[in-house]
Formats: sequence, C-alpha cells, structure tokens
Amino acid sequence: MLDKQFIGHRFAPFSADVEKGRLKFFAKAIGQTDAVYTDEAAARAAGHPGLPVPPTFLFCLEMEAPNPGAIRDLLDIDIAKVLHGEQRFTYHRMAYAGDTLSFEQRIADIYDKKGGLLEFVVRETRVTNQRGEHVADLHGITVVRHG
Amino acid sequence: MADLQNLKVGDALPAFTTDPISRLTLALYCGASGDHNPMHVDIDFARRGGSPDVFAHGMLSMAYLGRLLTNWVDQRQIRDYGVRFTAITQVGDAITCSGTVTELFEVAGERRARLALQTVNQHGQVKLSGDAVVALA
Repeated sequence: MLDKQFIGHRFAPFSADVEKGRLKFFAKAIGQTDAVYTDEAAARAAGHPGLPVPPTFLFCLEMEAPNPGAIRDLLDIDIAKVLHGEQRFTYHRMAYAGDTLSFEQRIADIYDKKGGLLEFVVRETRVTNQRGEHVADLHGITVVRHG
Repeated sequence: MADLQNLKVGDALPAFTTDPISRLTLALYCGASGDHNPMHVDIDFARRGGSPDVFAHGMLSMAYLGRLLTNWVDQRQIRDYGVRFTAITQVGDAITCSGTVTELFEVAGERRARLALQTVNQHGQVKLSGDAVVALA
C-alpha cells in the first residue's frame, strides 16, 4: 500500500526552458501540421510572440524535473505497474518558445479501489512563467496496478 | 476556424483519424515528449513486466485530441482540457478524434462552450474520454 502520509507532500520547485527545436519535434511527433506550431513567421502572423507551447506540452516540460521519477521514488512505485489514469490542464495564459517555466508539484491525494488492487496518486502542479505569471494548473492521476 | 457565433448544443467538431500508430510513432513521441518510460518503446522491458507488447502513451492521444481543439478554435481560447484514459491504445490502432458541444454558458461576461471529447480506435473502442471548455470570442 502506498503511504498516505505523503498526501500534501510538496516537491522542490524546478524550472524548464521552452526550446523552439523541441516544440518543432513535438509537432512532428503528434502529426501537427498547423504552421503556427512550427513556423515562427506563421506564429507571429497569428499574433503570437513566438512558437506557442501546444495544449499538452506542459506535461512534457513537467518531465524536465531533475528527477522525473521523484514521485515513484518517494512512494516506492514500480514503473512497470504504472498507468496514466487522468490528466487535466486549466489554462490561465499562453506560454511560448523562449519562456522559462517553473513547476510546483504536490501530492494532492492517495487512495485505492478494489480492495487495494488499484492505487491512485493525484498530483497537482502549478506552472508560472519567468515573470511570475500564472500559466496553468495541471492535475494528473497515476494508477498503480497490483496483481 | 469554426463559426462560433451560431454554435448550438449537439454541434460536432470536425473529426479526423490518424494513421495507425507505429513503433516509430511511439519512438518519436518518446523523444519529443521526454516521456522515456520503456513500457512504450522497449518490447523486451514490456515482456519482462508481463505485457505482450509495448503500448501507446496516453498523452500521445491527448495531444491528438488537442489538435482537434486547436484545429477548431485558436489555442488562446482554450480554458480547460481534461481526459480520462479509459483503455490502452495499442500499436496499430488508428485513432479517430471527435467532439461535440454539450453546453453553452457564460463566465464573467465571457461566452463559453463545454465540449465532450473522445478517441476511439478502428473497432470503435473508446480509449480516451474527455472534456474541454473554450471561450467563444
């Protein structure tokens, strides 16, 4: 059983740079053909200051943590038993290539179902930019399968 | 972009279907996303863990559904976007992304629409079920 004493645990904040090349690579990987996401001239023509961070890429930047497995390590979770249960983004403002985003993660809840066969870890992450502006909140649920 | 002024509950977003997800798709997503979990790219690792094969990142399909949204509205209009990963997306699945308007409402003077979103594979199995809120101006 995961140790519920870690509910409320806050991880050390970290920051991640939004790199233009990474955004283009991500666009290729997800089949994005809208030039706004790969061509700076098209992005500017659409009123953006640079290449926009697409809707789900904040989750990828969250993996730029010094230890992307920090939650698994803290809770002693085997990566082979992990499934992604839910993911939500609440957006407050756009982020762009060249931004440096800060991530503050906390464990919002730990619970189980089916008599402990499935355990759930709820993570909440506040994202701010280099000006201290609130960019987004991420809400993710990781499922740990036993048996 | 959509005609958002005359939007009605029940209206559908223009759906699309991806190419079947290949191992290359997963390798590219692994590198581009930074999600290096071997369950998605290393079949030897997957088999040692008792799985017959690697499977797709849930967040790859969430990114596909994100394309459905940004094809339809400017990304600056997206207020909230969430999904539940209800079934595993397998190698070879061709993913159809679709959405419908479920509610029109107003928050602090801003007209908004709530959308129901989903991905299904070529057999009609629902893989992701989600929702989003977008501003209509």
